Amino acid sequence: MEEKIIAAIIVSAIAFFTIYVFTPILIKFLEKRNQTVKDVNKIGNVMIPRPGGISIFIGIVASEITLYFFFPISEILAIIITSILGFSVGIIDDRKVMGGWFKPVALAFCAAPILLLGVYDSNLDFPIFGSVKIPSLYLALVVFMIPITGNTLNSIDVLNGIVSGFTTIASFALAISLFILQNYEIGIACLCLAFASLAFYKYHKFPSRIFPGDSGSVMFGATYGVIAIVGGVEVIAAIAILPAIINSFLFLSSVKKIVEHREIKNPTLHTDDFKLKSTDDNHAPITLVRLLVAKKPLSEKQICNEILKLAVFSGVLAIITTFMMGVEI
Amino acid sequence: MEIKIYSFISVMWILILIGGGIVIKLVGPFSLSEDIEPIITSGVKVSLAIFLIFIWVFTLTKIKNWIFKSQIKS
Repeated sequence: MEEKIIAAIIVSAIAFFTIYVFTPILIKFLEKRNQTVKDVNKIGNVMIPRPGGISIFIGIVASEITLYFFFPISEILAIIITSILGFSVGIIDDRKVMGGWFKPVALAFCAAPILLLGVYDSNLDFPIFGSVKIPSLYLALVVFMIPITGNTLNSIDVLNGIVSGFTTIASFALAISLFILQNYEIGIACLCLAFASLAFYKYHKFPSRIFPGDSGSVMFGATYGVIAIVGGVEVIAAIAILPAIINSFLFLSSVKKIVEHREIKNPTLHTDDFKLKSTDDNHAPITLVRLLVAKKPLSEKQICNEILKLAVFSGVLAIITTFMMGVEI
Repeated sequence: MEIKIYSFISVMWILILIGGGIVIKLVGPFSLSEDIEPIITSGVKVSLAIFLIFIWVFTLTKIKNWIFKSQIKS
């Protein structure tokens, strides 16, 4: 147990401080190279460096590799490789605008290390009712899980600090759940993601100094997805990101097809004082943000706080669900 | 507004728990007569699971529409 505590402290510190120290350097580097995009929710022509996914990549991979030296198990190797592949898909999308189907299909291939290393258990555990063995169906679940988590977290990267703050809360909830279930190695791997996203949140929170880009948000999602699979906590992981799943559900049920987010009509407009309000366009998709501002306009910071509160709520539900895993009727 | 969205999340959570229970306790052990090919039994199970997903999505869509319309009206 002592070795596990030491490993947890070391890898968490590596994940946090690598990103904490490297991100300001990356901000200056991207600004010098003019790799910036307009922050459309700010008054004036505010340009923000992107993609911050590079520092997220360095932080997560460095900490997970260190963890692999402590515990050389296939599960952690799968997390490292899948995270790298997830980042690769995101950085391609950052450099070149790809079609709506690119990310889901490419992310499905990112699940290959999980299948090739055989680091999954085909029992799907549910609280209260026990588990169900679905060997063939579980393979499909593995292939779908990474695109779902990758795209789901990518789709909430709409305002300052949301995706990094949301990933921080969901990852800490998932890490706590893994520790409760005594899956310590994967729990520590989840701490790497939690501390990496926490460090990035410092620079991404309102008002953002850097955007993660698709490379950052997709890598967050892919890493989260692979941890859920190798940790055998798929249902708990899904519950911890329910607000983001709701966002994807709302979007898909109103658009009724998979499209690149740049192709859709903006579901929100700005008021004179630059708050966000719901658009009157019936063809614009209903999203979580549009739902939040449907009644009255809110500032960007207010919306971020509301979404992070929803993340805390679903994180608590995930931990309650973990305790219910021990109860069987 | 906030209460409605928190309720939406809670309903999703409950639907996940109930759906899991139905799959494990009812759909999983379900079997037809021994004379019938196992592939047909599996097909029936998949159909039941898809039907459950349909109910799940239908329920959530109704709740979403209700929340959004009530927000627009208020």
